[in-house]
Amino acid sequence: MLDGIVSVATAAVRSGTPLLYATLGELLTERSGVLNIGLEGIMLMGAITGFAVVYATGNLLLAVIMALLMGALFGALHAFFSVTLRVNQVVTGLAIAMLGKGLSGFWGKSYIGVVASRFEKLPIPLLKDIPILGPVFFNHDVLVYASYFLVIFLWFFIYKTSPGLTLRAVGETPEAADAKGINVFAHRYFYTIVGGALTAMGGAYLSLAYASMWIENMTAERGWIAVALVVLSTWDPLKAILFSYLFGGIDALQFYLQVSGTTVSAHILKMMPYLATVIAVVFTSRERIRKLINAPTALGIPFSREEEVT
Amino acid sequence: MLRLERRSSTNPGLQVVISILTVIMALVVVGILLFFFGVNPFQAYKEMFLWPFGNIYGFSDTLSKSVPITLAALGLIFPFQMRVWNIGAEGQFLMGAFGASLAALYLFPNLENRFLMILLVSVFGVIFGSFWAAIPGLMKAYLRADEIVSTIMLNYVALLWIDYLVYGPWKDPQGYNFPMTKFFPDAAWLPNFGQTQVHTGVLALPVAAFFVYYLTRVSPWGLKIKVIGDNEKTAWYTGINVNRELFVAMLLSGALAGLGGALHMMGAQHRLQHGFSAGYGYTAIIVAWLGKLNPWAVLIVGVLFTGLLVGNEQLQIFFGIPISLIFLFQGVVLLGLLAGEIIGRYRLVIVRKGVNADA
Repeated sequence: MLDGIVSVATAAVRSGTPLLYATLGELLTERSGVLNIGLEGIMLMGAITGFAVVYATGNLLLAVIMALLMGALFGALHAFFSVTLRVNQVVTGLAIAMLGKGLSGFWGKSYIGVVASRFEKLPIPLLKDIPILGPVFFNHDVLVYASYFLVIFLWFFIYKTSPGLTLRAVGETPEAADAKGINVFAHRYFYTIVGGALTAMGGAYLSLAYASMWIENMTAERGWIAVALVVLSTWDPLKAILFSYLFGGIDALQFYLQVSGTTVSAHILKMMPYLATVIAVVFTSRERIRKLINAPTALGIPFSREEEVT
Repeated sequence: MLRLERRSSTNPGLQVVISILTVIMALVVVGILLFFFGVNPFQAYKEMFLWPFGNIYGFSDTLSKSVPITLAALGLIFPFQMRVWNIGAEGQFLMGAFGASLAALYLFPNLENRFLMILLVSVFGVIFGSFWAAIPGLMKAYLRADEIVSTIMLNYVALLWIDYLVYGPWKDPQGYNFPMTKFFPDAAWLPNFGQTQVHTGVLALPVAAFFVYYLTRVSPWGLKIKVIGDNEKTAWYTGINVNRELFVAMLLSGALAGLGGALHMMGAQHRLQHGFSAGYGYTAIIVAWLGKLNPWAVLIVGVLFTGLLVGNEQLQIFFGIPISLIFLFQGVVLLGLLAGEIIGRYRLVIVRKGVNADA
């Protein structure tokens, strides 16, 4: 029984990691007041870019860098439309999702069925021997460990540093930030680009570590779940890691339950994260709660000095 | 740094030109990719346009598939006009198809009267489609819950619900284990026009367009939702019950998407099946946007855009081009359209450092 729990928890961390990267990326973007729902497309672009590079060069580090750059490029595209052109961010995000899905499928056609090198497991000495926690958290590949540091760094950055305060100001009261001389446009560009890069990292995790191959649409709607996870985690990196693993765990649990011969349909089980999100969205939507959790109140609203445009 | 400057006047003719230019630009981008894929883009495009519009089978396919896409797009006009972002047309369409199948296969399987059967199946499609929109609608109207997230999530719930049924309790025992239900009874098949492959569900399109036109442009309710879309605060001050109208707009949107599901079932699909929607509800968003939320424009754009999709499918069969080309094409069109909308209203100007653009 305990073995079962440990193996599900380990799998939860593993399948939660792509979600975590994407959620952290979008969390940063949204903190600056920009909504990017095109994560699915950016993740797919990250996955194919990473895989294509590692297939051609065998260099995993280069693959990660190129995937990050591709994500940054898509982030910049989204920023251009939503910050400079100030067009509807929902529709732009949708277009980005479609573009990424189409482009990755087209590009990846010739990579179907081939394998390349991957990030292998790298157990951390000593830490891996801690009962339960060891195998669950410290028996993974280096990208998983990097995500731990990223969570801590982002939490510290957002809540404890001066640039973090600026970021929150830009997302919550852009007019006030602007009046203080903060360049709202530049900040939104920057965080949308960084957010895109991290999101692509989530996709690259799938093709470079989770599975060492490219499969069309291999993100399997994780990008859309990540959009919801940001809301669920109330834009807090620490909650983002919690919810990412929880959702990763549902993935893992369902596999485990199938193996152990349950009668519950896999399709019904798969519905759970989506339904949970719908319920959670209700709870996090109350005005009072939104204020309490410091939600970026200017989310999705383009900033303009002259007039309101949508 | 790039900044926008508002044009002194907007030119409606320019908007049409921009829409056309956008599609051409998307064709050029995709053409370049086709070239790299080793396919002659001119030959590919000839096939892509001749099949859906110049061939009787292709054209029939276009018209049939345009029914769910256009109906959902027409429905989206209501919430979009209020700036409520219903991304859930896909789920509402799927639930409409579910309601239709429930009626045709399980509730009234022995009903002989074709007229009554088609009516009942349609009603069930409408009920389930609007039910699926009512959930995010209520959440948005009375709890201020973000409709983007909730509608996307409900799309997947609907998709999984259909999969659960066709892989599980509704699977056709004689279906060689394929994930699909058995065929609808004869009475629930929409008749075709004469000897063609075009089903009579197409007739619903102009009717629905008129319905949307009347509600949004003629009736007093249309004025209300226009006010809400322009400025929600003003709407409250003038005594409009924004919450209620928002909910009604979502219901209507879901009803039309659900009707599309029912007609698609009765006219084209004739059975519920795994993966039967090629993202029709998402395409509907683009169609609504391309048509500038004008019901008559949406009607025309719906058929034309479906033609492009059908042509894309043909390319896949003919040249072995991946199906993902469709998404790529749609993404480029949508981005071009968004940019074009701004070009119509603004000029892009380069602001040098030190120059105050707001002066």
